[in-house]
Amino acid sequence: MRGTGKSKVMRYRKWGYIFLLPFVLVYIGFSLIPLITTVYNSFFENYRSGLTQVGPNFIGLRNFKAIFSDGDIWIYAKNTLIMWVLGFVPQILVSLLLGAWFSNPRLRLKGAGFFKTVIYLPNLIMASAFAMLFFTLFSDGGPINSLLMQLGIFKEPYQFLSNVWSTRGLVAFMNFIMWFGNTTILLMAGMMGVDTSLFEAAEVDGATSTQVFYRITLPLLRPILVYVLITSLIGGLQMFDVPQVLTNGSGDPVRSSMTLIMFLNKQLFSKNYGLGGALSVVLFVLTGILSLVVYRISNTKEKER
Amino acid sequence: MKKKSVSAILAATMIVTMLAGCGSAKDGAQATGSDAVKDDAGQETGTSVEAETETESEEGQVLNIYCWNEEFKSRITDHYPGYEEVDGTTGAIGDITVKWNITPSKDNAYQNNLDEALLKQADAAADEKIDIFLVEADYALKYVDTDYAMKIADLGITDADLANQYQYTKEIVTDSKGDLKGVSWQGCPGLLVYRRDIAKEVLGTDDPNEVQKAVADWETFQKTAGLMADKGYHITSSAVDTYRTFSNNVTSKWVEDGKLNIDDNIMNWVTLSKEMVDAGQTGTYELWSDDWSKGFYPDGNVFCYFGPAWFVDFSMAADTQGSIASQGGWAATEGPQSYFWGGTWICATAGTDNQSLVKDIMLKLTTDEEIMTDIVVADNDFVNNVPAMEKMAADASKASKVLGGQNPLPKYCAGVGNIVMNSSSIYDQGCNEEFQTAMNNYFDGNATLEEALELFYKGVTEKYPEISIPEQ
Repeated sequence: MRGTGKSKVMRYRKWGYIFLLPFVLVYIGFSLIPLITTVYNSFFENYRSGLTQVGPNFIGLRNFKAIFSDGDIWIYAKNTLIMWVLGFVPQILVSLLLGAWFSNPRLRLKGAGFFKTVIYLPNLIMASAFAMLFFTLFSDGGPINSLLMQLGIFKEPYQFLSNVWSTRGLVAFMNFIMWFGNTTILLMAGMMGVDTSLFEAAEVDGATSTQVFYRITLPLLRPILVYVLITSLIGGLQMFDVPQVLTNGSGDPVRSSMTLIMFLNKQLFSKNYGLGGALSVVLFVLTGILSLVVYRISNTKEKER
Repeated sequence: MKKKSVSAILAATMIVTMLAGCGSAKDGAQATGSDAVKDDAGQETGTSVEAETETESEEGQVLNIYCWNEEFKSRITDHYPGYEEVDGTTGAIGDITVKWNITPSKDNAYQNNLDEALLKQADAAADEKIDIFLVEADYALKYVDTDYAMKIADLGITDADLANQYQYTKEIVTDSKGDLKGVSWQGCPGLLVYRRDIAKEVLGTDDPNEVQKAVADWETFQKTAGLMADKGYHITSSAVDTYRTFSNNVTSKWVEDGKLNIDDNIMNWVTLSKEMVDAGQTGTYELWSDDWSKGFYPDGNVFCYFGPAWFVDFSMAADTQGSIASQGGWAATEGPQSYFWGGTWICATAGTDNQSLVKDIMLKLTTDEEIMTDIVVADNDFVNNVPAMEKMAADASKASKVLGGQNPLPKYCAGVGNIVMNSSSIYDQGCNEEFQTAMNNYFDGNATLEEALELFYKGVTEKYPEISIPEQ
């Protein structure tokens, strides 16, 4: 009896592997192999000037040296992080608030389903279309400027896209608008997963709703918060389409809104696989380290508890 | 048992469909690969015998043309004798099929596509080889200065055949060894196009010859800009409007001996533009942006734009109700310096199997005075033929509606002779784009001149890693 049972498990396990196969094959074909060739390419001088192909010549770590000695990568990393933080902080705050409202049964919000849909809608627009829209809205002769001038706030049109902080702010604002709905849904799922008996017990003990939020909801929400933080951080490091379209690929003013991926994209004009590869490897390592750090922090704290 | 068979079938279908996708892709790749190996032996179908015999005789069966819009196609359709349109991307001349490969130039797509095709040219089957490709002035040398473009002389076209073409159109497609490698049916000399009402208000006259005196050189141009600003007008919509006028009149190349080089005249543009932007005489909008084209309408405050014939006829919103162009409110004069903007050149690809047809197309479209006159009449193009254009210039009936009844052709003809274009390099397009982007930061006050130049150097080395930067 025992023997047959084991072999049945073994036979079912086989099906598990077979069902995994498509994913593994796709992963190897479209992720793993490109990943390895990227690392491989990063050791070569390999670009095209006009119609002349230069390389590939093996040059060891010279591509990496070029990236770090130039130092620009840190400027673009800083730009990326600034714009991510500017967008993420309001995003998490608003999402927490909305999530708490939506998941609070005592408020008995009307039309919650409608609002949940509406706040998610901006995420359905293509990022580039959204950026194009903002570009038009905030251009010197655009509707926002004529509105501000008619209200008498400005005499001259304010050049939103010629000023460092207004450009960064617009990028952050767009990312905020696009992603806060998504985050709200995630946080709500986390809040609804909290055992209601805890809330009831707190209520019986006479806790105010602020206390309930800070003492019960937030601590129990940490795993979801960490997940949101990590995914948003990785998404933020890959920020590309919004600033690319908004600034026409220039990252202006003075490249202050140029992100890491926009910089990577710049290497494509000359099909510079060597330098582009090296840049990608650096980005890969950076993302890996950041994810690991966040993951470690959340894990150790959980154990302490 | 049932469960197992169902899951087996599910798993099998899943894997099969996926592999089917992979398989067909691989098959496709292999097929093209083997084609390449077979070279001009032709396809695996019955046509292979035919193709083989055809390559041995002088004419190929298929004429492949690479271009980025419908313009050349419509010129061939309307003006090349014997061309018949089959459908949107194919046509026929006699028993030769004409295949159009049209890729828009946006985001460099046309050049990327052409680059890949040209690099495969040597291995392509005879009927797949590119026979004709078109280039624009900004990147003409990138293609002309390689062995991929055939010498015009090798096609059997002589200098005498081309004697009536404007000199600058030849200079642009002359490679570093001095060989001519392309021809054009167009000339695109530019003029200064100004608003008649503003001219009357500020300068007291809208007569082109009188207005010319106020914009005769850059010094008076700047003085006039001051007068315009006093009345609340911008002399140009943006600093980049005048860029071509300066970049067409340089005496050194962007890259000399592998080193980046900024011509003095380009720096003159920077100085002038900065002064004008700071004085509120012009803006810093990007070309073609909505803000830039505000001046096409009465509530815009722009005195003049710089542009050639196609710009006046097709780009100034003449078809839009209420635009200044629709009311004939513009007029044209030479402006401070001669320049050109745009134009399309026809190049023959090395390895073409349709040499005599390519030669005939070039001769008919770019040297035949009768056909070229037809082009002017039918399409309002400024053609690359001196006698044809001079005849038209003398014809008072060629009045332009946009320009309020003025015939601008004498002005165009006067400007075109002065254009000298012997300082181009294969890097022009990238350098011009990066320079304007970088300098906009300086004009806007976000960067000092040094910082803006630094940005320019960065942009150029990203596009062309082999260029070295001058010592500072």
